[in-house]
Amino acid sequence: MLRIQCPWCGVRDEIEFRYRGDASVVRPAADAGIDAFASYVYERGNQCGWQAEWWLHVGGCRQLLTVERHTLTHEIRSIRGTADEPAQPLDAVR
Amino acid sequence: MHPESESQPQTTDAAPSSSGRFSGWRLLVEGLTGQRGWSRAWAKAAPRPRYRVVIVGGGGHGLASAYYLASRYGITDVAVLEQGPIGLGNVGRNTTIIRSNYFRADNIRFYDYSLKLWEGLEQELNFNAMVSQRGTLNLFHTEAQRDLFTRRANLMRLLGVDAQSVSRESVKALVPLVDLDNGRYPVLGGFLQRRGGTVRHDAVAWGYARAAARAGVDIVEHCEVTGIRREGSRVIGVETTRGPIAADTICLAVAGHSSRLAAMAGLRLPIESHVLQAFVTESIKPVLDVVMTYGAGHFYVSQSNKGGLVYGGGIDGYNTYGQRGTLPMAEEVAAAAVTLMPGLARLKVLRQWGGVMDMSMDGSPIISKTAVQGLILNGGWCYGGFKAIPAGGMTTAHLIARGEPHPLAAHFNLERFAAGRTIDERGAGPFPFAH
Ligand SMILES: Cc1cc2nc3c(=O)[nH]c(=O)nc-3n(C[C@H](O)[C@H](O)[C@H](O)COP(=O)(O)OP(=O)(O)OC[C@H]3O[C@@H](n4cnc5c(N)ncnc54)[C@H](O)[C@@H]3O)c2cc1C
Ligand SMILES: [Zn+2]
Repeated sequence: MLRIQCPWCGVRDEIEFRYRGDASVVRPAADAGIDAFASYVYERGNQCGWQAEWWLHVGGCRQLLTVERHTLTHEIRSIRGTADEPAQPLDAVR
Repeated sequence: MHPESESQPQTTDAAPSSSGRFSGWRLLVEGLTGQRGWSRAWAKAAPRPRYRVVIVGGGGHGLASAYYLASRYGITDVAVLEQGPIGLGNVGRNTTIIRSNYFRADNIRFYDYSLKLWEGLEQELNFNAMVSQRGTLNLFHTEAQRDLFTRRANLMRLLGVDAQSVSRESVKALVPLVDLDNGRYPVLGGFLQRRGGTVRHDAVAWGYARAAARAGVDIVEHCEVTGIRREGSRVIGVETTRGPIAADTICLAVAGHSSRLAAMAGLRLPIESHVLQAFVTESIKPVLDVVMTYGAGHFYVSQSNKGGLVYGGGIDGYNTYGQRGTLPMAEEVAAAAVTLMPGLARLKVLRQWGGVMDMSMDGSPIISKTAVQGLILNGGWCYGGFKAIPAGGMTTAHLIARGEPHPLAAHFNLERFAAGRTIDERGAGPFPFAH
């Protein structure tokens, strides 16, 4: 069971959240061409290690969070509330 | 006869020498002489410095590909490199269900070819894989679901594949434990494929390994691939924990680790790694002689020959390389089990484990050349790659030997994503965690 520390709601169980995938993919410019878009839609780094990912707090504040999580140990090292805010270390969020 | 038999090359007889053959007679003789005459099923090969073909991954697909390369395509200068002992990956972790009840015609053909290979596999490999065609029964709980299953059954029958609908009463007759009128999702009926069933998964790894080794393939265990060597745009070999090995063709068959191996050759794949769990209860007397799936949640169950109920559900839902599983999914799956068969509530779960799988962006596998010359990918098997082992191995061997895709697996190419020809059975879109 993951315990995710939502910046708005506090620490909650993973079942309150929906995983929305790799947050490091960046939408290309509109004229970037088909290959850039195919890569954006389909290709993933699929890291064994730290990964930035989207989690939607559906059972809480309904905000989209960016969570940095280790894909082998499942340790979470940072969580930020919106895409624009800089990542905060966990202690500061608490 | 399978439909594409004309396109199959001639079989070269790779039957094991009679001295090492398994038979009822030998079983009897060994039983009377203290079981001292058995020999190792396959040799523990040390890697040679070069091979024509190196297959990375000693799971079902890697071993089957090697076996068919040697037995059907006459290529025996082949090594299978496995980081641990063979058979401890997903081939030994799955819930052992085989079936060909897919929705899309190209998938029905591929998976039914696999089912036909399963039907003759034990004779071909001279190995008891306990192929049991006990039938797979999918339950439906709404009228829309019934229409969808009926359509699927019709599509299958048009292609000559067995499928039938069964009434509520027949569901009860097949599986008396089912609570047809359960309060949440009453059962309206079912969809049955008689030829579906289960196979002893470990025996599949061992049977293919033994037959491949006898046909001349080197099976190299405890040999982890740590790098892929290239010269310009083509592969020339691999780096391993047992030294470098040169090869003309490298085939990746590493199940949940395809992205990591592809990255060694500079490729990004349309794949995420996710964990799927399986559960086994204590043994009970025979209560379930089909494979049954629930239509109002993700849950499938069969009873093993030892009497335990083997069941599973969906993936945990977020990327992971951790070969374990978490509790929310264990609870969800158990809830489905008890909704459907309240009598199971008293059973104790004895064992639980997880396996890391490639979840592809459209939920379908990849058997394909890649942008790197000489590098072939067999991966993206998601939940469903066990049943596909015979056909996956055969069509991968074809691709390696002939340099062009086998007609039954041509749609599993990597270009389908950029070309907009994804094979999305569920229509779930490019979200691996949704397939
Ligand atoms: C819990 C669970 C239940 C399932 N149930 C079913 C089912 O009922 N029916 C069905 O059809 N499918 C099922 N599947 C899916 C099926 O098991 C897989 O799709 C299939 O086994 C994958 O192919 P494989 O056998 O070749 O994989 P594996 O057996 O995982 O083989 C891959 C091998 O590659 C090796 N490897 C990885 N990296 C390296 C490296 N760097 N160097 C050397 N070797 C390496 C691994 O050690 C492993 O042995 C299930 C999967 C799971 C996890
Ligand atoms: Zn919240």
